[in-house]
Amino acid sequence: MRYTLRVWRQSGPSSRGQLVEYTVDDISADMSFLEMLDVLNERLLLEGESPVAFDHDCREGICGACGVMIDGVAHGPERATTTCQLHMRHFDPAKPIVVEPWRAAPFPVVRDLVVDRSALDRVIEAGGYISAPTGAAPDAHAVPVPKPVADTAFEAAACIGCGACVAACPNGSSMLFTAAKVTHLGVLPQGQPERHARAADMLRAQDDLGFGGCTLTGECTAVCPKGIPLETISRLNHDVLAAAMMGQ
Amino acid sequence: MLFTEGDPIADTRTPDGPIESRWEQRRFTARLVNPANRRRLTVAVVGTGLAGGSAAATLGELGYNVLSFCYQDSPRRAHSIAAQGGINAAKNYAGDGDSVHRLFHDTIKGGDFRARESNVHRLAEVSTQIIDQCVAQGVPFAREYGGLLDTRSFGGAQVSRTFYARGQTGQQLLLGAYQALARQIHAGSVRSYPRTEMLDLVVSDGRARGVVVRDLVTGEITTHLADAVVLATGGYGNVFHLSTNAKGCNTTAIWRAHRRGALFANPCYTQIHPTCIPVSGTHQSKLTLMSESLRNDGRVWVPVQAGDERVPGDIPEDERDYYLERLYPSFGNLVPRDIASRAAKAVCDSGRGVGPGGLGVYLDFADAIGRLGRDVVAARYGNLFDMYQRITDENPYEVPMRIYPAVHYTMGGLWVDYDLRSTIPGLFVIGEANFSDHGANRLGASALMQGLADGYFVLPAVIGDYLADGPFGPVDADEVAEAEDDVRAGIAALLAVDGDRTAESFHRELGRVMWDLCGMERSEEGLRKALELIPALREEFWRRIKVTGAGSEFNQALEKAGRVADFFELAELMCLDALHREESCGGHFRVESQTSDGDARRDDDRFSYVAAWEFAGVGSPPVLHHEELVFDSVRPSVRSYK
Repeated sequence: MRYTLRVWRQSGPSSRGQLVEYTVDDISADMSFLEMLDVLNERLLLEGESPVAFDHDCREGICGACGVMIDGVAHGPERATTTCQLHMRHFDPAKPIVVEPWRAAPFPVVRDLVVDRSALDRVIEAGGYISAPTGAAPDAHAVPVPKPVADTAFEAAACIGCGACVAACPNGSSMLFTAAKVTHLGVLPQGQPERHARAADMLRAQDDLGFGGCTLTGECTAVCPKGIPLETISRLNHDVLAAAMMGQ
Repeated sequence: MLFTEGDPIADTRTPDGPIESRWEQRRFTARLVNPANRRRLTVAVVGTGLAGGSAAATLGELGYNVLSFCYQDSPRRAHSIAAQGGINAAKNYAGDGDSVHRLFHDTIKGGDFRARESNVHRLAEVSTQIIDQCVAQGVPFAREYGGLLDTRSFGGAQVSRTFYARGQTGQQLLLGAYQALARQIHAGSVRSYPRTEMLDLVVSDGRARGVVVRDLVTGEITTHLADAVVLATGGYGNVFHLSTNAKGCNTTAIWRAHRRGALFANPCYTQIHPTCIPVSGTHQSKLTLMSESLRNDGRVWVPVQAGDERVPGDIPEDERDYYLERLYPSFGNLVPRDIASRAAKAVCDSGRGVGPGGLGVYLDFADAIGRLGRDVVAARYGNLFDMYQRITDENPYEVPMRIYPAVHYTMGGLWVDYDLRSTIPGLFVIGEANFSDHGANRLGASALMQGLADGYFVLPAVIGDYLADGPFGPVDADEVAEAEDDVRAGIAALLAVDGDRTAESFHRELGRVMWDLCGMERSEEGLRKALELIPALREEFWRRIKVTGAGSEFNQALEKAGRVADFFELAELMCLDALHREESCGGHFRVESQTSDGDARRDDDRFSYVAAWEFAGVGSPPVLHHEELVFDSVRPSVRSYK
């Protein structure tokens, strides 16, 4: 099959970008979206042009490196699917595909489809952990954790940090990302001592880094490849409010 | 002459005495560094997977000045994140007779008696602390309704000692380590350098003193000096082009260290995982694993008749060959990975493979669904079935999965002693990047265990013994300049060729040679052929490689070309190692060394040693050093799964 692409090309953070049209041939239905871009890049290289830069690594939907806007939707048309796990059988060759980078103020474009998401690391560094130095741990069975609690923690911990939630949010908010970590750690007994300070510190960091405020539009969870639920945001708000009342 | 023989390795720094007390003894004899002095000592840790992430975090907690590097855009993305099944630990929470000694024994046996006993025993001892540590960090392991941790069984073990977090255990353990690392970055004890690739090791006065790195965003080449360097850069499975590794996984860091003098041990020991989704076409970029746990309920079969093109549902029961159950009646579908993989290859080679190209076998859940019901099967494997359907567009509840073996893990790596020191003083190697704990075959759920054991517990306990002699003073500026110039020259050379083939096309071709001639089955004839093909291909690479753009910018084509160049050199050493080891053991199967039933035949009299290779120049015969393996606690026997 042959597809027409309109791909965002931008040579560096401060240069102007534009959509450039390409056609790619010999695309099979079983190819992933990124393999289709590989085909384009092989050709561009041999023609002496610079290939389209895009982030990717594991190509099995877990590392969170990949992610582009496909026809205006983060990670494309399939629900709960990362870009690397999206296959060309979902695309109509008759329609051009528009491919753009994540667009959010805290995610400056590095090149083409690659953005700098290190702001998400800064949010975690602000408090997204349990302070448990190596060697200080009690026996793993010392504190039982009810299965429903463990399951809630796991569901939130499944976040891969891809940034789709930020890209999809009309406010450019990282609330779902932050809330996923606050929920993961905040429901577990091990996470209680730092629970409220953690929520407050991470939210403050998120604001300072230039992410927008959350107005609960739910666009984030609709594109989340791991289906992080919107309730996590309620938990975050709850913990931040509690922190404020406790003067943290 | 393909290689020369050097002196045997004299000292592995293994303590004497009973095996149960060696680690305790070593921890006591290792010198300590005064907390006030630690902040004056810099440790560069390359790689942020389970081993590197946990090591950097723990060294930061101890007060060392830590530099942490990764090529990914965030330390959280290292490929440990993709491990599915679980992590072994001798907790005996199931009360089913597990113990440190049993985990030690299973691991030595699973490795086909080609691992160092002392290291493996220490691994088993430390395993229990890992689970405690991870739970304290908030890793959401699977739990029973009573609130206690759940465990399951894995291949090669008769006890239930595998802790897991659904099919995402690696992700959860890595996020635990990443969060511990983030805490240290916040505290200022660790400086993080993402999108930074190590391209050379600085060796000064015989000591590893830093790394030369390339900033992948700006292309700038800089040197970071340190008192010790820790490589935690993972395995080299991508030498085969197609593997379950992430696209970026590479051998560059350990290969450049090897070129600087670190010995490379057992490079031919590679693990081929039996249950992966088959290749669908020539543009395939990677292979996806389907967890080993599926073999608990799925039955593996192919048609009895070669060339049978009927859809699986039309093939009657008596025209199906459940070959694992037929060949290995006592273990059936649960034979270890190396055996299941080779059996799949054998039936496909006989023309009975299924799916496009005939490179696949069925993994059929019809019986399990009939016996347990669809809901139970969905509860156990639902996420894997979804992933399979997403990739293949086939519904495994209705038609059998098609699976085929794929390269998954490399047991070989840089040689290290008991203290995880390479042969370059001050260069430590941990996790999959070293060779030490899995012998010739790794058991399922043991990679996560080793990575975290090395990073959280072993390295931090022994590195002080080396650093106690530091700080090591200034490094000669000329040596730094020379290392940087080497790196810049290498990049310039790649850019200067301006040929007509991409790095990807060379990688694909190299991978095909390696898969065909140094893959699941190896023969003297095939390996000799590979040793002719690879240097010729390498030479062609340096004549025809095409890289666009410049070195001073974000340039993924350049990154890729540099990694492929190193894979060529490694590939040659792998084939040579495989050729010299005229026995079959674990993941290394030589057709000349098999029993009349087609099983692997070890040759303990000749090959009970670690082959540690010394670099002697590209295209020059390397030097082989032996480390004899001594078995005091487990007697080597023939692995049988009939």
